[in-house]
Amino acid sequence: MILVETLNSVRHQSSSSSQPELPAIEARNLVKTYRGDVRALDRLSFRVEAGAIFGLLGPNGAGKSTTVKILTTLSRPDSGEARVAGLDVLRDAERVRHAIGCIGQKSGVDSEATGRENLTLQGRVYGLRGTELKRRVAELLERFGLDQAADRVTRTYSGGMQRRLDVAMGLVHHPSVLFMDEPTTGLDPEARADMWKEIARLAREEGITILLTTHYLEEADRLAQRLAIVDRGRVVAEGSPEELKSELRGDTIHMELAQAEDASKAHSVLSRLEELRELVIDTRTLYARADRGATTVPIALATLESAGVKVASVTVARPSLDDVYLRYAGRSFREADQGGSR
Amino acid sequence: MRTLAHSFYMTLRHFRNLMRQPLYIAFTLVQPIIWLVLFGQLFKKVVLLPGFGASAYVDFLTPGVVIMTVLFGAGWSGMGIIRDLDLGVMDRFLVSPVSRVALIAGRLIQLALIAVIQSVLIVALGMILGARFPGGARGVGLLILCAVLLAVPIGALSSAMALVARKEETVIAASNFILLPLTFLSSVFMAQNLMPGWIQAVARFNPVEWAVVAGRSALSAHMNWPLVATRIGLLVALTIITAGLATRAFRIYQRSV
Repeated sequence: MILVETLNSVRHQSSSSSQPELPAIEARNLVKTYRGDVRALDRLSFRVEAGAIFGLLGPNGAGKSTTVKILTTLSRPDSGEARVAGLDVLRDAERVRHAIGCIGQKSGVDSEATGRENLTLQGRVYGLRGTELKRRVAELLERFGLDQAADRVTRTYSGGMQRRLDVAMGLVHHPSVLFMDEPTTGLDPEARADMWKEIARLAREEGITILLTTHYLEEADRLAQRLAIVDRGRVVAEGSPEELKSELRGDTIHMELAQAEDASKAHSVLSRLEELRELVIDTRTLYARADRGATTVPIALATLESAGVKVASVTVARPSLDDVYLRYAGRSFREADQGGSR
Repeated sequence: MRTLAHSFYMTLRHFRNLMRQPLYIAFTLVQPIIWLVLFGQLFKKVVLLPGFGASAYVDFLTPGVVIMTVLFGAGWSGMGIIRDLDLGVMDRFLVSPVSRVALIAGRLIQLALIAVIQSVLIVALGMILGARFPGGARGVGLLILCAVLLAVPIGALSSAMALVARKEETVIAASNFILLPLTFLSSVFMAQNLMPGWIQAVARFNPVEWAVVAGRSALSAHMNWPLVATRIGLLVALTIITAGLATRAFRIYQRSV
């Protein structure tokens, strides 16, 4: 008991230096079913401490966007509860809307209006007026490198510029909680790196709590202090990227078979090896874990060869979030992402 | 107060975006000219039909073209909602504290203002083409009122449909399906008493007919006050109902996302 408490307090200090306070976001048992009986959320729960960058990681169709829609008052859950900035999203929707900023998956920029006009209208909607509004708009345009293009119609903006304007629009009213749904999807690598810097800066310098959804493992690994892995509408694992990865002891071994028909035979011979754990097969790729990958691979290869199974490639690596996902969701992230939209 | 301010900002937004499409504006101005000249020539002789009532077809046609132009402008306004949905602009507004009423009202106010401008231009054009309106300025004013009271409910219905259907194809199909029949099941082009009986019967329930009959009567030498008043009353009632429906449609939309 004492041990647990100590552990918890250590964890608190490592994730945020501020004193324990109300969570900035709390979702409890959210359920949402769409027409045609598609269950998007299946008792999804998680909480986000104030000031943290929290990642919702999952393949396409896992329920991340639905979660964001509910937390931002756009959509309503069939059942379950959610609080954002201490306010109930169903009973106090209007006040929640004042407290949050949203950068949706779709842009939300009016392409027929200029950057300045977009920002100004956004500010007015939140009650900013006069010189205060003008100052805030100019400040954001400058900070996001849009001052040169401020009076151009946004139809002429590049993808990266539009995304930056999107973020600026979400910040115009100084929100305390910021939602970003797939903020870097469709951006080129350079624009993506810039966006990552900006997200990290917002949390660090302005103390904004950020919930971001992503289906890029690398993005979650880099940005999120804590993350929840979502699969089929549920949270299957939660923790810091490091915690999640360190739960997987040893090395990860991926073996790609030359022929997919050999998969079940390979699985049965390898599962007899003591050195290999958590053997999972996904079409023609075998995933397994071993305490010492380098010495286990030759044994595994010899076993496969004597069984007449040809191997196309083998890799040994430290566990990645992909492996974490595989462990909890029972299928590889890439597979789920491709077949995930339902 | 907040709703009023937000409606004003939204109206401003729609007007500004419209002004950035000069080609679109040009087409909407040329269209009624074509209707007036084309139909004016094509149907010139119908006034000779016994019982038509008007002495010159252009006198009869001008208020008809006013109503028809406004009807089509309003009938396609749902496309703007579709555009906002596709861009994500609508969702962004819906997660902000913007007044839901303002999101619809901004569009409807813009439609109403456009209806006024179009009506004035078409009446002027009709007069250039030789139309005479004994009803004078008061008559023209009432015609414009009728045009606005048609534009607003049709625009509200189109917006509501766009929010519920959310698909461009559906809105296009539905608008095509509804707008032309509404026009031809009315006395926009043809005197009421010369229409087949069943069309006369159907037209009694057609808001386009309410607007065109009231507008035309207001322009005539002897305005039929009770007729104009009742038709305007019906249009006002329709405006209130459809504006309510359109605001409601947001709830249906939000339930489905």
